[in-house]
Amino acid sequence: MSKRIEINDLDIYYGAFKAVEGVSIDIEPRAVTAFIGPSGCGKSTVLRSLNRMHEVIAGAYVDGEVLLDGANLYGPGVDPVNVRRQIGMVFQRPNPFPTMTIRENVLAGVLLNNRRMSRSDQDDLVERSLRGANLWNEVKDRLGVPGSGLSGGQQQRLCIARAIAVSPDVLLMDEPCSALDPISTLAIEDLIEELKTEYTIVIVTHNMQQASRVSDKTAFFNIAGTGKPGKLIEFDETAKIFSNPSVQSTEDYVSGRFG
Amino acid sequence: MTTAAPAAPRAAVTNRPADIVFKAVSTTAGVLILIALGGVALFLVVQAVPAIIGPIPEEEGANFWAWVWPLTFGTLWSALLAMVMAVPLAVAIALFITHYAPRKLAQFLGYLIDLLAAIPSVIYGLWGIAVLAPFFQPGYIWLAQNLGWLPLFSPPASGTGRTILTASIVLAVMVLPIITALCREIFLQTPRLNEEAALALGATRWEMIKMAVLPHGRSGIIASSILGLGRALGETMAVAMVLASSGVVSFVLIGSQNPSTIAANIALRFPEAHGITVNMLIGSGLVLFAITLLVNALSRWIIAKTTVDGGR
Repeated sequence: MSKRIEINDLDIYYGAFKAVEGVSIDIEPRAVTAFIGPSGCGKSTVLRSLNRMHEVIAGAYVDGEVLLDGANLYGPGVDPVNVRRQIGMVFQRPNPFPTMTIRENVLAGVLLNNRRMSRSDQDDLVERSLRGANLWNEVKDRLGVPGSGLSGGQQQRLCIARAIAVSPDVLLMDEPCSALDPISTLAIEDLIEELKTEYTIVIVTHNMQQASRVSDKTAFFNIAGTGKPGKLIEFDETAKIFSNPSVQSTEDYVSGRFG
Repeated sequence: MTTAAPAAPRAAVTNRPADIVFKAVSTTAGVLILIALGGVALFLVVQAVPAIIGPIPEEEGANFWAWVWPLTFGTLWSALLAMVMAVPLAVAIALFITHYAPRKLAQFLGYLIDLLAAIPSVIYGLWGIAVLAPFFQPGYIWLAQNLGWLPLFSPPASGTGRTILTASIVLAVMVLPIITALCREIFLQTPRLNEEAALALGATRWEMIKMAVLPHGRSGIIASSILGLGRALGETMAVAMVLASSGVVSFVLIGSQNPSTIAANIALRFPEAHGITVNMLIGSGLVLFAITLLVNALSRWIIAKTTVDGGR
Protein backbone atom coordinates (compact mmCIF):
# COMPACT_ATOMS: atom_id res chain seq x y z
CA MET A 1 0.00 0.00 0.00
CA SER A 2 2.60 2.55 0.91
CA LYS A 3 5.79 3.10 -0.99
CA ARG A 4 9.02 5.01 -0.59
CA ILE A 5 9.79 7.98 -2.81
CA GLU A 6 13.32 9.00 -3.66
CA ILE A 7 13.87 12.32 -5.34
CA ASN A 8 17.32 12.48 -6.92
CA ASP A 9 18.74 15.83 -8.00
CA LEU A 10 15.47 17.07 -9.45
CA ASP A 11 15.28 20.27 -11.51
CA ILE A 12 11.84 21.45 -12.60
CA TYR A 13 11.33 23.80 -15.52
CA TYR A 14 8.36 25.73 -16.87
CA GLY A 15 9.55 26.34 -20.41
CA ALA A 16 12.79 28.27 -20.12
CA PHE A 17 12.16 29.18 -16.49
CA LYS A 18 13.87 26.99 -13.93
CA ALA A 19 11.44 26.82 -11.02
CA VAL A 20 13.20 24.36 -8.76
CA GLU A 21 16.84 23.31 -8.66
CA GLY A 22 18.72 20.36 -7.27
CA VAL A 23 16.18 18.77 -4.92
CA SER A 24 17.05 15.41 -3.34
CA ILE A 25 14.78 13.97 -0.67
CA ASP A 26 14.02 10.49 0.63
CA ILE A 27 10.37 10.23 1.59
CA GLU A 28 9.70 7.42 4.05
CA PRO A 29 6.71 5.13 3.70
CA ARG A 30 4.06 5.24 6.46
CA ALA A 31 5.18 8.65 7.58
CA VAL A 32 4.21 12.25 7.02
CA THR A 33 6.69 14.47 5.24
CA ALA A 34 5.96 18.21 5.29
CA PHE A 35 7.20 20.81 2.81
CA ILE A 36 7.43 24.31 4.24
CA GLY A 37 8.80 27.57 2.96
CA PRO A 38 7.78 31.06 1.79
CA SER A 39 5.42 31.56 -1.16
CA GLY A 40 6.96 30.91 -4.54
CA CYS A 41 9.76 28.77 -3.16
CA GLY A 42 8.72 25.81 -5.29
CA LYS A 43 7.37 23.49 -2.60
CA SER A 44 4.03 23.03 -4.36
CA THR A 45 5.83 22.52 -7.64
CA VAL A 46 7.95 19.76 -6.12
CA LEU A 47 4.81 18.18 -4.65
CA ARG A 48 3.02 18.30 -7.99
CA SER A 49 6.03 16.82 -9.74
CA LEU A 50 5.59 13.72 -7.59
CA ASN A 51 2.47 12.72 -9.52
CA ARG A 52 3.31 14.69 -12.63
CA MET A 53 0.44 17.10 -12.07
CA HIS A 54 2.74 20.05 -12.82
CA GLU A 55 2.63 18.85 -16.42
CA VAL A 56 -0.87 20.28 -16.89
CA ILE A 57 0.96 23.54 -17.49
CA ALA A 58 2.23 23.49 -21.06
CA GLY A 59 6.00 23.44 -21.37
CA ALA A 60 6.69 21.94 -17.94
CA TYR A 61 9.38 19.30 -17.71
CA VAL A 62 11.87 17.92 -15.23
CA ASP A 63 15.49 16.89 -15.17
CA GLY A 64 16.40 14.25 -12.60
CA GLU A 65 14.69 11.25 -11.10
CA VAL A 66 11.70 10.52 -8.93
CA LEU A 67 11.76 6.88 -7.86
CA LEU A 68 8.68 5.19 -6.47
CA ASP A 69 10.04 2.05 -4.80
CA GLY A 70 12.85 2.16 -7.32
CA ALA A 71 10.76 2.77 -10.45
CA ASN A 72 11.41 6.09 -12.14
CA LEU A 73 8.17 8.06 -12.61
CA TYR A 74 9.84 9.96 -15.43
CA GLY A 75 11.27 6.91 -17.16
CA PRO A 76 10.67 6.47 -20.87
CA GLY A 77 7.24 5.09 -21.66
CA VAL A 78 5.76 5.94 -18.27
CA ASP A 79 2.24 7.28 -18.72
CA PRO A 80 1.42 10.16 -16.34
CA VAL A 81 -2.15 8.83 -16.20
CA ASN A 82 -0.87 5.63 -14.58
CA VAL A 83 1.37 7.58 -12.21
CA ARG A 84 -1.62 9.54 -10.97
CA ARG A 85 -3.61 6.39 -10.39
CA GLN A 86 -0.92 5.27 -7.91
CA ILE A 87 -0.30 8.64 -6.30
CA GLY A 88 -3.40 10.42 -5.09
CA MET A 89 -3.72 14.13 -4.49
CA VAL A 90 -5.76 16.47 -2.31
CA PHE A 91 -5.87 20.11 -3.28
CA GLN A 92 -5.74 23.47 -1.60
CA ARG A 93 -9.44 24.06 -1.95
CA PRO A 94 -11.97 21.24 -1.71
CA ASN A 95 -12.95 20.24 -5.23
CA PRO A 96 -15.63 17.56 -5.27
CA PHE A 97 -17.26 17.19 -8.67
CA PRO A 98 -20.25 19.53 -8.35
CA THR A 99 -22.61 17.48 -10.50
CA MET A 100 -21.91 14.21 -8.75
CA THR A 101 -23.45 12.89 -5.57
CA ILE A 102 -21.33 12.05 -2.52
CA ARG A 103 -21.38 8.40 -3.53
CA GLU A 104 -20.43 9.13 -7.14
CA ASN A 105 -17.61 11.37 -5.99
CA VAL A 106 -16.09 8.60 -3.92
CA LEU A 107 -16.41 6.13 -6.78
CA ALA A 108 -15.21 8.53 -9.48
CA GLY A 109 -11.60 7.35 -9.51
CA VAL A 110 -12.36 3.65 -9.22
CA LEU A 111 -14.85 3.64 -12.06
CA LEU A 112 -12.27 5.38 -14.25
CA ASN A 113 -10.18 2.25 -14.21
CA ASN A 114 -13.07 0.59 -16.04
CA ARG A 115 -13.34 -1.92 -13.28
CA ARG A 116 -16.66 -3.69 -13.39
CA MET A 117 -17.85 -3.56 -9.81
CA SER A 118 -20.92 -5.10 -8.32
CA ARG A 119 -23.29 -2.80 -6.53
CA SER A 120 -22.46 -4.33 -3.15
CA ASP A 121 -18.71 -4.00 -3.74
CA GLN A 122 -19.31 -0.36 -4.58
CA ASP A 123 -21.32 0.11 -1.39
CA ASP A 124 -18.51 -1.48 0.63
CA LEU A 125 -15.88 0.70 -0.98
CA VAL A 126 -17.91 3.87 -0.43
CA GLU A 127 -18.38 3.04 3.23
CA ARG A 128 -14.76 2.01 3.72
CA SER A 129 -13.42 5.15 2.04
CA LEU A 130 -15.77 7.50 3.85
CA ARG A 131 -14.98 5.83 7.15
CA GLY A 132 -11.29 6.16 6.28
CA ALA A 133 -11.86 9.87 5.80
CA ASN A 134 -13.87 10.20 9.05
CA LEU A 135 -16.90 11.32 7.09
CA TRP A 136 -19.13 8.26 7.13
CA ASN A 137 -21.19 9.13 10.19
CA GLU A 138 -21.95 12.59 8.88
CA VAL A 139 -23.09 11.58 5.40
CA LYS A 140 -24.25 7.97 5.57
CA ASP A 141 -27.90 9.02 5.33
CA ARG A 142 -27.43 11.28 2.33
CA LEU A 143 -25.02 9.59 -0.03
CA GLY A 144 -27.30 10.58 -2.90
CA VAL A 145 -27.06 14.33 -2.48
CA PRO A 146 -24.52 16.47 -4.36
CA GLY A 147 -21.12 16.71 -2.71
CA SER A 148 -21.16 20.47 -3.16
CA GLY A 149 -23.85 20.74 -0.47
CA LEU A 150 -21.43 19.78 2.30
CA SER A 151 -19.45 22.22 4.42
CA GLY A 152 -15.92 23.10 3.34
CA GLY A 153 -14.29 20.76 5.85
CA GLN A 154 -16.64 17.92 4.91
CA GLN A 155 -15.95 18.54 1.22
CA GLN A 156 -12.22 18.29 1.86
CA ARG A 157 -12.70 14.99 3.69
CA LEU A 158 -14.86 13.84 0.78
CA CYS A 159 -11.93 14.64 -1.50
CA ILE A 160 -9.67 12.60 0.76
CA ALA A 161 -12.16 9.73 0.62
CA ARG A 162 -12.17 10.02 -3.17
CA ALA A 163 -8.37 9.91 -3.22
CA ILE A 164 -8.02 6.89 -0.92
CA ALA A 165 -10.85 4.97 -2.65
CA VAL A 166 -8.43 4.01 -5.41
CA SER A 167 -5.95 2.61 -2.84
CA PRO A 168 -3.03 4.79 -3.86
CA ASP A 169 0.55 4.14 -2.78
CA VAL A 170 1.10 7.74 -1.81
CA LEU A 171 -1.15 10.63 -0.81
CA LEU A 172 -0.08 14.15 -1.73
CA MET A 173 -1.72 17.08 0.04
CA ASP A 174 -1.28 20.61 -1.26
CA GLU A 175 -2.16 22.93 1.63
CA PRO A 176 -5.26 20.86 2.40
CA CYS A 177 -6.39 23.06 5.29
CA SER A 178 -5.69 26.54 3.96
CA ALA A 179 -9.35 27.10 3.02
CA LEU A 180 -10.76 25.60 6.22
CA ASP A 181 -11.71 26.87 9.66
CA PRO A 182 -9.75 25.73 12.75
CA ILE A 183 -12.22 22.99 13.73
CA SER A 184 -12.22 21.45 10.26
CA THR A 185 -8.45 21.83 10.17
CA LEU A 186 -8.19 19.83 13.37
CA ALA A 187 -10.40 17.12 11.89
CA ILE A 188 -8.15 16.87 8.84
CA GLU A 189 -5.00 16.80 10.99
CA ASP A 190 -6.43 13.95 13.08
CA LEU A 191 -7.25 12.18 9.86
CA ILE A 192 -3.70 12.61 8.54
CA GLU A 193 -2.45 11.06 11.76
CA GLU A 194 -4.63 8.00 11.12
CA LEU A 195 -3.91 7.79 7.41
CA LYS A 196 -0.16 7.65 7.90
CA THR A 197 -0.45 4.15 9.33
CA GLU A 198 -1.37 3.04 5.82
CA TYR A 199 -0.07 5.60 3.37
CA THR A 200 2.99 7.58 2.53
CA ILE A 201 1.87 11.16 2.99
CA VAL A 202 3.47 14.32 1.68
CA ILE A 203 1.93 17.62 2.74
CA VAL A 204 2.64 21.18 1.71
CA THR A 205 1.67 23.71 4.32
CA HIS A 206 2.08 27.39 5.06
CA ASN A 207 1.18 26.75 8.66
CA MET A 208 4.31 25.92 10.61
CA GLN A 209 2.41 24.78 13.68
CA GLN A 210 0.61 22.35 11.41
CA ALA A 211 3.87 21.03 10.03
CA SER A 212 5.24 20.53 13.53
CA ARG A 213 2.00 18.85 14.67
CA VAL A 214 1.46 16.36 11.87
CA SER A 215 4.78 15.59 10.24
CA ASP A 216 7.64 13.25 11.02
CA LYS A 217 10.09 14.89 8.68
CA THR A 218 10.16 18.39 7.30
CA ALA A 219 11.76 19.87 4.22
CA PHE A 220 12.39 23.61 4.18
CA PHE A 221 12.53 25.29 0.77
CA ASN A 222 13.63 28.81 0.02
CA ILE A 223 14.25 31.10 -2.90
CA ALA A 224 17.12 33.48 -3.35
CA GLY A 225 15.02 36.12 -5.11
CA THR A 226 12.33 36.64 -7.73
CA GLY A 227 13.10 34.77 -10.93
CA LYS A 228 15.62 32.51 -9.21
CA PRO A 229 14.91 28.82 -8.80
CA GLY A 230 13.64 27.49 -5.49
CA LYS A 231 16.00 25.23 -3.56
CA LEU A 232 15.81 22.71 -0.79
CA ILE A 233 17.59 24.29 2.17
CA GLU A 234 17.24 21.65 4.80
CA PHE A 235 15.57 18.28 5.26
CA ASP A 236 15.51 16.56 8.62
CA GLU A 237 13.41 15.23 11.46
CA THR A 238 10.59 17.67 12.15
CA ALA A 239 11.64 18.02 15.79
CA LYS A 240 15.14 19.00 14.74
CA ILE A 241 13.97 21.48 12.08
CA PHE A 242 11.78 23.30 14.58
CA SER A 243 14.10 23.19 17.59
CA ASN A 244 17.64 23.07 16.38
CA PRO A 245 17.98 23.51 12.61
CA SER A 246 21.46 23.36 11.14
CA VAL A 247 20.96 26.20 8.65
CA GLN A 248 20.52 29.79 9.73
CA SER A 249 17.77 30.64 7.22
CA THR A 250 15.69 27.68 8.40
CA GLU A 251 15.89 28.98 11.91
CA ASP A 252 14.96 32.48 10.76
CA TYR A 253 11.94 31.10 8.95
CA VAL A 254 10.59 28.73 11.61
CA SER A 255 11.07 31.30 14.33
CA GLY A 256 9.10 33.81 12.28
CA ARG A 257 11.96 36.20 11.60
CA PHE A 258 11.07 36.30 7.92
CA GLY A 259 8.56 34.85 5.47
CA MET B 1 -25.04 30.83 0.43
CA THR B 2 -28.15 32.89 0.85
CA THR B 3 -28.34 33.81 4.47
CA ALA B 4 -31.03 36.32 5.23
CA ALA B 5 -29.17 39.42 6.28
CA PRO B 6 -30.94 41.73 8.71
CA ALA B 7 -32.51 44.63 6.87
CA ALA B 8 -29.99 47.41 6.65
CA PRO B 9 -31.12 50.66 8.23
CA ARG B 10 -32.50 52.86 5.51
CA ALA B 11 -30.07 55.53 4.50
CA ALA B 12 -31.42 59.02 4.46
CA VAL B 13 -32.99 59.63 1.07
CA THR B 14 -31.28 62.38 -0.82
CA ASN B 15 -32.17 63.13 -4.41
CA ARG B 16 -29.06 63.58 -6.45
CA PRO B 17 -29.69 64.89 -9.99
CA ALA B 18 -27.42 62.29 -11.61
CA ASP B 19 -29.34 59.48 -9.90
CA ILE B 20 -32.66 60.84 -11.08
CA VAL B 21 -31.48 61.26 -14.65
CA PHE B 22 -29.91 57.83 -14.80
CA LYS B 23 -32.97 56.19 -13.28
CA ALA B 24 -35.20 57.91 -15.80
CA VAL B 25 -33.00 56.87 -18.73
CA SER B 26 -32.72 53.24 -17.68
CA THR B 27 -36.40 52.96 -16.81
CA THR B 28 -37.34 54.38 -20.20
CA ALA B 29 -35.06 51.90 -21.92
CA GLY B 30 -36.61 49.05 -19.95
CA VAL B 31 -40.14 50.16 -20.77
CA LEU B 32 -39.29 50.68 -24.46
CA ILE B 33 -38.36 47.03 -24.95
CA LEU B 34 -41.69 46.00 -23.42
CA ILE B 35 -43.55 48.39 -25.67
CA ALA B 36 -41.74 47.07 -28.74
CA LEU B 37 -42.48 43.46 -27.86
CA GLY B 38 -46.08 44.22 -26.93
CA GLY B 39 -46.55 46.24 -30.09
CA VAL B 40 -45.30 43.42 -32.29
CA ALA B 41 -47.48 40.88 -30.51
CA LEU B 42 -50.53 43.15 -30.77
CA PHE B 43 -49.92 43.79 -34.48
CA LEU B 44 -49.59 40.06 -35.15
CA VAL B 45 -52.74 39.17 -33.24
CA VAL B 46 -54.90 41.95 -34.71
CA GLN B 47 -53.80 41.26 -38.27
CA ALA B 48 -54.02 37.49 -37.87
CA VAL B 49 -57.54 37.32 -36.45
CA PRO B 50 -59.39 37.74 -39.79
CA ALA B 51 -57.45 34.80 -41.26
CA ILE B 52 -57.83 32.62 -38.19
CA ILE B 53 -61.57 33.03 -37.72
CA GLY B 54 -62.67 33.82 -41.24
CA PRO B 55 -62.73 31.65 -44.35
CA ILE B 56 -59.60 31.57 -46.46
CA PRO B 57 -59.40 31.09 -50.24
CA GLU B 58 -60.31 27.53 -51.16
CA GLU B 59 -57.13 26.81 -53.09
CA GLU B 60 -55.13 27.50 -49.90
CA GLY B 61 -56.82 24.92 -47.69
CA ALA B 62 -59.84 24.13 -45.55
CA ASN B 63 -59.06 26.67 -42.84
CA PHE B 64 -56.16 28.65 -41.42
CA TRP B 65 -54.85 25.83 -39.24
CA ALA B 66 -54.87 23.31 -42.08
CA TRP B 67 -52.96 25.84 -44.16
CA VAL B 68 -50.39 26.77 -41.54
CA TRP B 69 -49.70 23.23 -40.31
CA PRO B 70 -47.38 22.13 -43.19
CA LEU B 71 -45.41 25.36 -42.82
CA THR B 72 -45.10 24.85 -39.09
CA PHE B 73 -44.01 21.30 -39.66
CA GLY B 74 -41.42 22.38 -42.21
CA THR B 75 -40.09 25.04 -39.85
CA LEU B 76 -39.69 22.62 -36.96
CA TRP B 77 -38.39 19.76 -39.11
CA SER B 78 -35.70 21.78 -40.88
CA ALA B 79 -34.62 23.41 -37.60
CA LEU B 80 -34.49 20.03 -35.87
CA LEU B 81 -32.38 18.55 -38.67
CA ALA B 82 -30.05 21.52 -38.49
CA MET B 83 -29.65 21.12 -34.74
CA VAL B 84 -28.98 17.40 -35.00
CA MET B 85 -26.11 18.18 -37.33
CA ALA B 86 -24.83 21.37 -35.73
CA VAL B 87 -24.88 20.75 -31.96
CA PRO B 88 -22.57 17.70 -31.77
CA LEU B 89 -20.22 19.29 -34.27
CA ALA B 90 -20.20 22.60 -32.42
CA VAL B 91 -19.52 20.93 -29.08
CA ALA B 92 -16.72 18.90 -30.64
CA ILE B 93 -15.17 21.98 -32.24
CA ALA B 94 -15.41 23.92 -28.98
CA LEU B 95 -13.75 21.06 -27.09
CA PHE B 96 -11.03 20.86 -29.70
CA ILE B 97 -10.37 24.59 -29.46
CA THR B 98 -10.38 24.66 -25.66
CA HIS B 99 -8.72 21.38 -24.75
CA TYR B 100 -6.85 19.85 -27.64
CA ALA B 101 -5.59 22.43 -30.12
CA PRO B 102 -2.25 24.16 -29.62
CA ARG B 103 -2.84 27.73 -28.50
CA LYS B 104 -1.98 29.42 -31.81
CA LEU B 105 -4.26 27.15 -33.81
CA ALA B 106 -7.00 27.56 -31.21
CA GLN B 107 -6.92 31.34 -31.53
CA PHE B 108 -6.97 31.15 -35.31
CA LEU B 109 -9.90 28.73 -35.26
CA GLY B 110 -11.71 30.98 -32.81
CA TYR B 111 -11.43 33.95 -35.19
CA LEU B 112 -12.51 31.77 -38.07
CA ILE B 113 -15.64 30.64 -36.25
CA ASP B 114 -16.54 34.23 -35.36
CA LEU B 115 -16.05 35.14 -39.00
CA LEU B 116 -18.53 32.47 -40.09
CA ALA B 117 -21.14 34.19 -37.94
CA ALA B 118 -20.61 37.47 -39.78
CA ILE B 119 -21.50 36.12 -43.24
CA PRO B 120 -24.92 37.40 -44.38
CA SER B 121 -27.55 34.73 -44.86
CA VAL B 122 -28.05 35.66 -48.53
CA ILE B 123 -24.50 34.50 -49.15
CA TYR B 124 -25.27 31.21 -47.46
CA GLY B 125 -28.35 30.92 -49.66
CA LEU B 126 -26.33 31.49 -52.83
CA TRP B 127 -23.75 28.98 -51.68
CA GLY B 128 -26.49 26.46 -50.95
CA ILE B 129 -28.00 26.79 -54.43
CA ALA B 130 -24.81 27.10 -56.44
CA VAL B 131 -22.52 24.69 -54.63
CA LEU B 132 -24.17 22.47 -52.06
CA ALA B 133 -27.25 21.40 -53.99
CA PRO B 134 -25.40 20.15 -57.11
CA PHE B 135 -22.67 18.70 -54.94
CA PHE B 136 -25.02 16.56 -52.88
CA GLN B 137 -27.45 15.65 -55.66
CA PRO B 138 -25.62 12.47 -56.78
CA GLY B 139 -25.40 11.47 -53.13
CA TYR B 140 -29.17 11.82 -52.80
CA ILE B 141 -29.68 9.54 -55.79
CA TRP B 142 -27.36 6.98 -54.22
CA LEU B 143 -29.26 7.22 -50.92
CA ALA B 144 -32.58 6.73 -52.70
CA GLN B 145 -31.26 3.68 -54.53
CA ASN B 146 -29.56 2.01 -51.58
CA LEU B 147 -31.35 3.21 -48.48
CA GLY B 148 -34.68 3.86 -50.12
CA TRP B 149 -36.39 1.41 -47.76
CA LEU B 150 -35.84 3.93 -44.96
CA PRO B 151 -38.77 6.38 -44.88
CA LEU B 152 -36.27 9.24 -44.65
CA PHE B 153 -34.72 8.38 -48.01
CA SER B 154 -37.66 7.01 -49.97
CA PRO B 155 -37.30 7.67 -53.71
CA PRO B 156 -37.58 9.46 -56.03
CA ALA B 157 -34.62 11.67 -55.26
CA SER B 158 -34.68 15.33 -56.18
CA GLY B 159 -33.17 16.18 -59.53
CA THR B 160 -31.90 19.55 -58.40
CA GLY B 161 -30.61 18.75 -54.93
CA ARG B 162 -32.63 21.62 -53.50
CA THR B 163 -34.09 19.45 -50.77
CA ILE B 164 -34.88 19.99 -47.12
CA LEU B 165 -31.66 18.19 -46.27
CA THR B 166 -29.63 20.71 -48.26
CA ALA B 167 -31.52 23.55 -46.60
CA SER B 168 -30.88 22.03 -43.20
CA ILE B 169 -27.18 21.64 -43.92
CA VAL B 170 -27.04 25.33 -44.83
CA LEU B 171 -28.93 26.13 -41.62
CA ALA B 172 -26.54 23.96 -39.63
CA VAL B 173 -23.54 25.82 -41.01
CA MET B 174 -25.24 29.09 -40.15
CA VAL B 175 -25.97 28.21 -36.52
CA LEU B 176 -22.65 26.45 -36.00
CA PRO B 177 -20.68 29.60 -35.14
CA ILE B 178 -23.18 30.78 -32.52
CA ILE B 179 -23.20 27.48 -30.70
CA THR B 180 -19.46 26.95 -31.04
CA ALA B 181 -18.55 30.41 -29.80
CA LEU B 182 -20.79 30.13 -26.73
CA CYS B 183 -19.68 26.58 -25.91
CA ARG B 184 -16.06 27.66 -26.18
CA GLU B 185 -16.62 30.44 -23.66
CA ILE B 186 -18.36 28.02 -21.30
CA PHE B 187 -15.75 25.28 -21.60
CA LEU B 188 -13.01 27.82 -20.91
CA GLN B 189 -14.76 28.68 -17.65
CA THR B 190 -14.59 25.16 -16.30
CA PRO B 191 -13.02 25.54 -12.85
CA ARG B 192 -9.39 24.51 -13.11
CA LEU B 193 -9.81 22.83 -9.74
CA ASN B 194 -12.39 20.41 -11.14
CA GLU B 195 -10.22 19.58 -14.12
CA GLU B 196 -7.26 18.92 -11.85
CA ALA B 197 -9.39 16.79 -9.54
CA ALA B 198 -10.17 14.50 -12.46
CA LEU B 199 -6.58 14.42 -13.73
CA ALA B 200 -5.23 13.69 -10.27
CA LEU B 201 -7.48 10.64 -10.07
CA GLY B 202 -5.76 9.34 -13.17
CA ALA B 203 -8.25 10.48 -15.77
CA THR B 204 -7.16 10.70 -19.38
CA ARG B 205 -7.91 13.91 -21.24
CA TRP B 206 -11.22 12.59 -22.55
CA GLU B 207 -12.21 11.19 -19.14
CA MET B 208 -11.40 14.56 -17.61
CA ILE B 209 -13.68 16.22 -20.17
CA LYS B 210 -16.47 13.78 -19.31
CA MET B 211 -16.02 14.24 -15.55
CA ALA B 212 -15.42 17.94 -15.31
CA VAL B 213 -15.91 19.92 -18.51
CA LEU B 214 -19.16 18.55 -19.92
CA PRO B 215 -21.07 18.45 -16.60
CA HIS B 216 -20.00 22.00 -15.90
CA GLY B 217 -20.99 23.10 -19.39
CA ARG B 218 -24.26 21.20 -19.62
CA SER B 219 -26.65 24.07 -19.09
CA GLY B 220 -24.49 26.28 -21.27
CA ILE B 221 -24.60 23.77 -24.11
CA ILE B 222 -28.39 23.71 -23.84
CA ALA B 223 -28.62 27.48 -23.74
CA SER B 224 -26.38 27.95 -26.76
CA SER B 225 -28.24 25.25 -28.67
CA ILE B 226 -31.51 27.04 -28.01
CA LEU B 227 -30.04 30.29 -29.28
CA GLY B 228 -28.96 28.44 -32.39
CA LEU B 229 -32.39 26.85 -32.67
CA GLY B 230 -33.93 30.30 -32.48
CA ARG B 231 -31.88 31.39 -35.45
CA ALA B 232 -32.64 28.21 -37.39
CA LEU B 233 -36.37 28.61 -36.78
CA GLY B 234 -36.46 32.19 -37.94
CA GLU B 235 -33.95 31.98 -40.78
CA THR B 236 -35.56 33.28 -43.94
CA MET B 237 -33.38 34.03 -46.93
CA ALA B 238 -31.20 30.94 -47.02
CA VAL B 239 -34.16 28.60 -46.83
CA ALA B 240 -36.25 30.64 -49.25
CA MET B 241 -33.44 30.47 -51.79
CA VAL B 242 -32.36 26.87 -51.37
CA LEU B 243 -35.54 24.96 -50.77
CA ALA B 244 -37.78 23.86 -53.63
CA SER B 245 -40.96 23.64 -51.60
CA SER B 246 -44.41 22.38 -52.35
CA GLY B 247 -46.21 22.65 -49.03
CA VAL B 248 -46.41 18.96 -48.22
CA VAL B 249 -45.94 17.34 -44.83
CA SER B 250 -43.21 14.78 -45.39
CA PHE B 251 -40.26 13.40 -43.53
CA VAL B 252 -38.44 12.52 -46.75
CA LEU B 253 -35.09 14.27 -46.71
CA ILE B 254 -34.03 13.99 -50.32
CA GLY B 255 -37.20 14.30 -52.42
CA SER B 256 -38.39 17.07 -54.68
CA GLN B 257 -41.59 17.48 -52.60
CA ASN B 258 -40.49 19.47 -49.57
CA PRO B 259 -42.36 21.31 -46.82
CA SER B 260 -41.68 25.02 -46.73
CA THR B 261 -40.96 27.01 -43.61
CA ILE B 262 -42.99 29.85 -42.17
CA ALA B 263 -40.32 32.50 -42.54
CA ALA B 264 -39.35 31.51 -46.07
CA ASN B 265 -42.99 31.30 -47.11
CA ILE B 266 -43.67 34.81 -45.84
CA ALA B 267 -40.63 36.19 -47.64
CA LEU B 268 -41.57 34.53 -50.91
CA ARG B 269 -45.27 35.35 -50.92
CA PHE B 270 -45.63 38.66 -49.12
CA PRO B 271 -44.63 40.90 -52.07
CA GLU B 272 -47.61 39.69 -54.11
CA ALA B 273 -50.06 39.11 -51.28
CA HIS B 274 -53.26 41.11 -50.90
CA GLY B 275 -56.48 40.93 -48.97
CA ILE B 276 -56.94 37.92 -46.73
CA THR B 277 -53.64 36.39 -47.89
CA VAL B 278 -51.81 39.16 -46.04
CA ASN B 279 -53.67 38.22 -42.87
CA MET B 280 -52.85 34.57 -43.41
CA LEU B 281 -49.15 35.29 -43.75
CA ILE B 282 -49.20 37.49 -40.68
CA GLY B 283 -51.08 34.73 -38.87
CA SER B 284 -48.33 32.29 -39.74
CA GLY B 285 -45.89 34.87 -38.39
CA LEU B 286 -47.85 34.80 -35.14
CA VAL B 287 -47.43 31.02 -35.01
CA LEU B 288 -43.66 31.40 -35.50
CA PHE B 289 -43.61 34.05 -32.76
CA ALA B 290 -45.41 31.66 -30.42
CA ILE B 291 -43.05 28.78 -31.24
CA THR B 292 -40.02 30.95 -30.56
CA LEU B 293 -41.44 32.13 -27.23
CA LEU B 294 -42.20 28.54 -26.30
CA VAL B 295 -38.69 27.37 -27.20
CA ASN B 296 -37.16 30.13 -25.12
CA ALA B 297 -39.37 29.40 -22.14
CA LEU B 298 -38.52 25.73 -22.43
CA SER B 299 -34.81 26.45 -22.52
CA ARG B 300 -35.02 28.67 -19.43
CA TRP B 301 -36.80 25.89 -17.63
CA ILE B 302 -34.20 23.30 -18.67
CA ILE B 303 -31.34 25.58 -17.68
CA ALA B 304 -32.89 26.28 -14.31
CA LYS B 305 -33.32 22.57 -13.73
CA THR B 306 -29.84 21.49 -14.79
CA THR B 307 -27.73 24.33 -13.41
CA VAL B 308 -25.75 23.05 -10.49
CA ASP B 309 -24.52 25.09 -7.64
CA GLY B 310 -21.03 24.69 -6.31
CA GLY B 311 -18.87 25.06 -9.41
CA ARG B 312 -17.08 27.96 -7.75
